Amino acid sequence: MDIQAILSAATGGHGAVNPYAAIAYLVSGILFILALRGLSSPATAQNGNRFGMIGMAIAVVTTMLTHTPVGADGLLDTISLVEILVAIGIGAVIGIVMARKIAMTAMPQLVAAFHSLVGLAAVAVAAAAYLNPGAFGIADAAGQIHTVSRVEMGLGIAIGAITFSGSVIAFLKLNGNMSGSPIMLPGRHVINLGTLAAIVALTAWFTQDQSPWVFWTITGLSFLIGFLLIIPIGGADMPVVVSMLNSYSGWAAAAMGFTLGNTAMIITGALVGSSGAILSYIMCRAMNRSFISVIAGGFGADAAAGDGGSKEQRPWKPGSADDAAFLMSQAENVIIVPGYGMAVAQAQHALREMGDLLKKEGVNVKYAIHPVAGRMPGHMNVLLAEANVPYDEVFELEDINGEFAQCDVAFVIGANDVTNPSAKTDKTSPIYGMPVLDVEKAKTVLFVKRSMGGVGYAGVDNDVFYMDQTMMLLGDAKKMADDIVKALNGGGH
Amino acid sequence: MSQNARISRVWKCGRCFLAALESTRWAARGKRCAKRNQQGSEPVDFIAIFSIFILACFVGYFVVWSVTPALHTPLMSVTNAISSVIIVGALIASAAAGSASSKWLGLAAVVMASINIFGGFAVTSRMLAMYKKKGR
Repeated sequence: MDIQAILSAATGGHGAVNPYAAIAYLVSGILFILALRGLSSPATAQNGNRFGMIGMAIAVVTTMLTHTPVGADGLLDTISLVEILVAIGIGAVIGIVMARKIAMTAMPQLVAAFHSLVGLAAVAVAAAAYLNPGAFGIADAAGQIHTVSRVEMGLGIAIGAITFSGSVIAFLKLNGNMSGSPIMLPGRHVINLGTLAAIVALTAWFTQDQSPWVFWTITGLSFLIGFLLIIPIGGADMPVVVSMLNSYSGWAAAAMGFTLGNTAMIITGALVGSSGAILSYIMCRAMNRSFISVIAGGFGADAAAGDGGSKEQRPWKPGSADDAAFLMSQAENVIIVPGYGMAVAQAQHALREMGDLLKKEGVNVKYAIHPVAGRMPGHMNVLLAEANVPYDEVFELEDINGEFAQCDVAFVIGANDVTNPSAKTDKTSPIYGMPVLDVEKAKTVLFVKRSMGGVGYAGVDNDVFYMDQTMMLLGDAKKMADDIVKALNGGGH
Repeated sequence: MSQNARISRVWKCGRCFLAALESTRWAARGKRCAKRNQQGSEPVDFIAIFSIFILACFVGYFVVWSVTPALHTPLMSVTNAISSVIIVGALIASAAAGSASSKWLGLAAVVMASINIFGGFAVTSRMLAMYKKKGR
């Protein structure tokens, strides 16, 4: 039986768009839209995720049917088919093992690693399309690639390579393999702009001349610029960087979608691109930083050094776990403000236990989350969800900020800058203008902190430490939460 | 939820739906253009595909703003998984005859994209399973 004949009938000939396949890709694109739509509430999110999986399955199966490997004899090329299935299998095993094993605190690293894979895959696909344009239907009979396809290809490879090398640096910084402090090269703005200009110029050149050196120079320069763009960005800005790379991975997919004329890829690319862009915007707004200043980098490089010497010794009130347990068990409303320090100390389970015990005593417990409380958008919500904190007890900054004035105790654990009132009053403060949680309005503030010496990411002192109603609970966040749980268990009955 | 917020949400849903409809209409036209493209009318093809892209950006804009901030991390991991739809290009490259290096690049891209697909969906579903309501 001549499979080639059947397939070319089904695909409408080599390279042409099969209408059924095009509709299948459109369906998978729409399923991806529904996947994101599902995330509007935790109740519908799992369903949305399933839509995403179905959409992906449709896209993969459609491609494998329309592009089944066919040997020179016109029969099914079994070896190639097996190779493809093995490749998918290897990826599936690695992916699922990673997804099962990863700790929730390490989610930002995992996401950065995944972004780098999307970027590298985009580069590999663009390179494959360059080496074998006929297979992608983007070349004429003489092997000349269409001009539009060349631009798309140049964009795809540039964005893909930037996503890859940028994500690798972000991964190394988030994972602690590389210092989080910014690395500032002299004249980096000139180097970066020059490299970008070279990439643009070479892409223009590529439309006239498809020689290999042009293609591979674009690739090389793009890897370089991704690296150069991310090294000067400090650890505090990583949430923005991770979101930005998320956006880039989408644009890379969209650019490849243009090359292939594939609706599923274009829709997905646009969705992911806008999603990442919106998340970067939300993160920038939450830190009151402009996107440009984040990209320019250098934040957090010198702030810590500048403040160190002039700090005055102001009186502050220490407290113990027993005091905290007593105060909170007598309270009517307690708002817990967790920060990334809580997650680093792995205190979330002890914290949830503390919350449960307080609820048993009739205390109304809520959690207040600042958008940049974790290391990536929504990170703190995941960490609390992992510790079994019900999501309807967890509130975002805008929703809960008005309630601090009515609350008896604000329990700050592992957070610092996001509670600093100088962001509202002190125009000289580096965090001025950043939206903060109004913990200072609470009747009592309990502030869990490792020691009085350290400062937050931004390197500024926090006035809340020295207020009359504040009690500093110095110690490791997990140990402190455990001790409060013990005190609540022992003291209450 | 306030009345205003509800109205704006309904409005947003409507906008998404219209935009999705719009993109299907454009998609149909895109396909016709793609056929014509075989005879060489490249710019029309590009404009049609570009329209799908722009409309999808709008859909993305409205859909992503309606995602609750509590689910922003799963949003990132699921967008990660779906951006690996780039596997389509990888599958085409690895199935094509004619260039061995192109084929191996394709296979490498299949491995990378499928790590992302399986890993991304699995980790998203693992996270989403943790979100529970009060009372359990």
